[in-house]
Amino acid sequence: MSDAPLLVIENLHVSVEGKEIIKGISLQVNRGEVHALMGPNGSGKSTLSNALGGHPRYQVTGGRILFQGEDLVAMKADERARQGLFLAFQYPQAIPGVTVLHFLRMAMKAVRGAETPSPKQMRQAIKEKLALLEMDEAFLQRYVNDGFSGGEKKRCEILQMAVLQPRLAVLDETDSGLDIDALRVVANGVNRLMGPTMGVLLITHYQRLLNYIQPHVVHVLMDGRIVRSGGKELALELEAKGYEGSDTEATASGKRG
Amino acid sequence: MATPPKVEINQDYQYGFHEEEKYVFKTGRGLTREVVEKISSMKQEPEWMRLFRLKALDHFHQKPMPTWANTEMLSAIDFDNIYYYLKPAEQQGKTWDEVPKEIKNTFDRLGIPEAERKFLAGVTAQYESEVVYHSIREDLAKQGVIFLGMDDGLKQHPEIVRKYFGTVIPPADNKFAALNSAVWSGGSFIYVPKGVAVAIPLQAYFRINAENMGQFERTLIIADEGASVHYIEGCTAPTYSSDSLHSAVVELVALKGAHIRYTTIQNWSKNVYNLVTKRAVAYQDAIVEWVDGNLGSKLTMKYPSVYLMEPGARAEILSVAFSGKDQHQDAGAKVVHVAPHTTSAITSKSISKDGGRTSYRGLVKVYKGATDVKVSVRCDALLLDEASRSDTYPTMEVEEDRVQVEHEATVSKIGEEQLFYMQSRGLKENDARTMIVNGFFEAFTKELPLEYAVELNRLIQLEMDGSLG
Repeated sequence: MSDAPLLVIENLHVSVEGKEIIKGISLQVNRGEVHALMGPNGSGKSTLSNALGGHPRYQVTGGRILFQGEDLVAMKADERARQGLFLAFQYPQAIPGVTVLHFLRMAMKAVRGAETPSPKQMRQAIKEKLALLEMDEAFLQRYVNDGFSGGEKKRCEILQMAVLQPRLAVLDETDSGLDIDALRVVANGVNRLMGPTMGVLLITHYQRLLNYIQPHVVHVLMDGRIVRSGGKELALELEAKGYEGSDTEATASGKRG
Repeated sequence: MATPPKVEINQDYQYGFHEEEKYVFKTGRGLTREVVEKISSMKQEPEWMRLFRLKALDHFHQKPMPTWANTEMLSAIDFDNIYYYLKPAEQQGKTWDEVPKEIKNTFDRLGIPEAERKFLAGVTAQYESEVVYHSIREDLAKQGVIFLGMDDGLKQHPEIVRKYFGTVIPPADNKFAALNSAVWSGGSFIYVPKGVAVAIPLQAYFRINAENMGQFERTLIIADEGASVHYIEGCTAPTYSSDSLHSAVVELVALKGAHIRYTTIQNWSKNVYNLVTKRAVAYQDAIVEWVDGNLGSKLTMKYPSVYLMEPGARAEILSVAFSGKDQHQDAGAKVVHVAPHTTSAITSKSISKDGGRTSYRGLVKVYKGATDVKVSVRCDALLLDEASRSDTYPTMEVEEDRVQVEHEATVSKIGEEQLFYMQSRGLKENDARTMIVNGFFEAFTKELPLEYAVELNRLIQLEMDGSLG
């Protein structure tokens, strides 16, 4: 394993269809850390997660992203996944006719390469993760995200994360559309999977997920910039005061990043 | 003596090899009355069949070419350049050792003897115009199940053949049914006696080897009351730079309470015209299922049909088509509800790639008096690039009010978001596309015996990999 930090974002600028959305973000996530990135709608949260995942429509126009010391921007989405990056989608896509089991197996094979476990071991591993997420085995025979409820989609994302065992997980609004029970299950899953070698970047609009997953650092994103960073108490403050206050405060105290 | 396979034009198509052409008899190019007479006399047929053929030849000459599907491709068929009959061997083999070496070699490469050993109840293998190998499991034969090449069926069971032959699809039905009726040779004849269930599939395999060959097999399947049978056919041909013609007629008769499933994996090389008429009649409480997969050929025109003649009859037609460069799959289905309380379900899935064309062409007909009929039609098309094309031509002729007809059609493309999602799980772009395509065909694939499902997925993989260049 590389000694380089897990994720380093330096003065990142991202445009979508010629419009700059991320306007200079710097951020470092170390192994064993959970970072929460909070912000109102339109602040650039999803743009950042898509840029990290390697979506072809999201153009990095400045700055750089180093993942375990490697230039992430030069890699295609599938290479990033094979390097140990995982993106839990806000809107997971349906793949009609492809079962969850088949998809998990193919993804495992793609990500693990030569270290792919035997089909039997794979099945065993998948079963364990299902139990962890309080999911029924019948789930494996359903078609990926096809006709899933919002909660099922999010659980399916966390199941994939559990099976693929990434180095860095970016969770894009994983809490949206979840009722409180599903939120608890998903959060427990993330907590159980989190270890000293893994990092998590939680992207969320609301504070409530942070009641279940304790972040080490909280960042506030406004209009494509990180306007504040702090400990978990920052999230509570945002909950009480809203984002409006932090913008003013940021302007007053100067942007940090 | 076997020749090594020649260089293949289309590298993606692994069945494009051919053996040196050897035959014991071959007609000249072109179709004449003499050719028809010669075929009939060589087969030592009864007089009624000779007359049947000659009358059909007249119909062929009188009938116009279809004015739909793909008139450009149809008008390019050179009927004078085709060989209408080629007898490859003196006699039919009952064991593979009795089959001439080159021919056995071909079927070995196609995996037929192996499949037969593993999971089939009976096999007929047709090479050019004749069935060269035929087998049926002894226990089935003992129960009275008849599974023969069509020519042997006519010889050994003339009374059954005469009763049904040409009744489901009369020679005058269309130009290509007339052509087949005039020059037919080979195909399968199956009769399953009352109450007998044939639990494992019977298979026929059709192979064209010669250049500019016309293959005109004729299949007739009769499932007597309460009987059931699953028949599977596969087909391939060498890749040549000039065209061949395959024009089959398939007639199914499902008597009261019978169940026939007819599965096709059509994988002709891309220089074969595949113009086939397939039709079934289903009597009281009978079920007919067409499971029809079209991957190969230059132009396919095929619309498996079911006539629902008595109450309780049910039709299921499930078809998939994959069209690549220079291909047009004009496929579909027809259901004709003659009786009340009959049901039908049509599911059509097509994929077009590299400028290929697919069309769904369907007919739902409900006659006056056929009340309480249920029909569902679903057509899904997937376009893999901008150059490809898909069209839907559904026709509904409903003469009754008390019927329930559902029709749904979709056209989709592989979305950028869908690909990104899959790639973010480590899948390479082309593997993700292949997975989407396989998923799209899943409704079809899961109806196939496992071995065929695996084969179909592999064929799709080859088609998809072909685009990498």
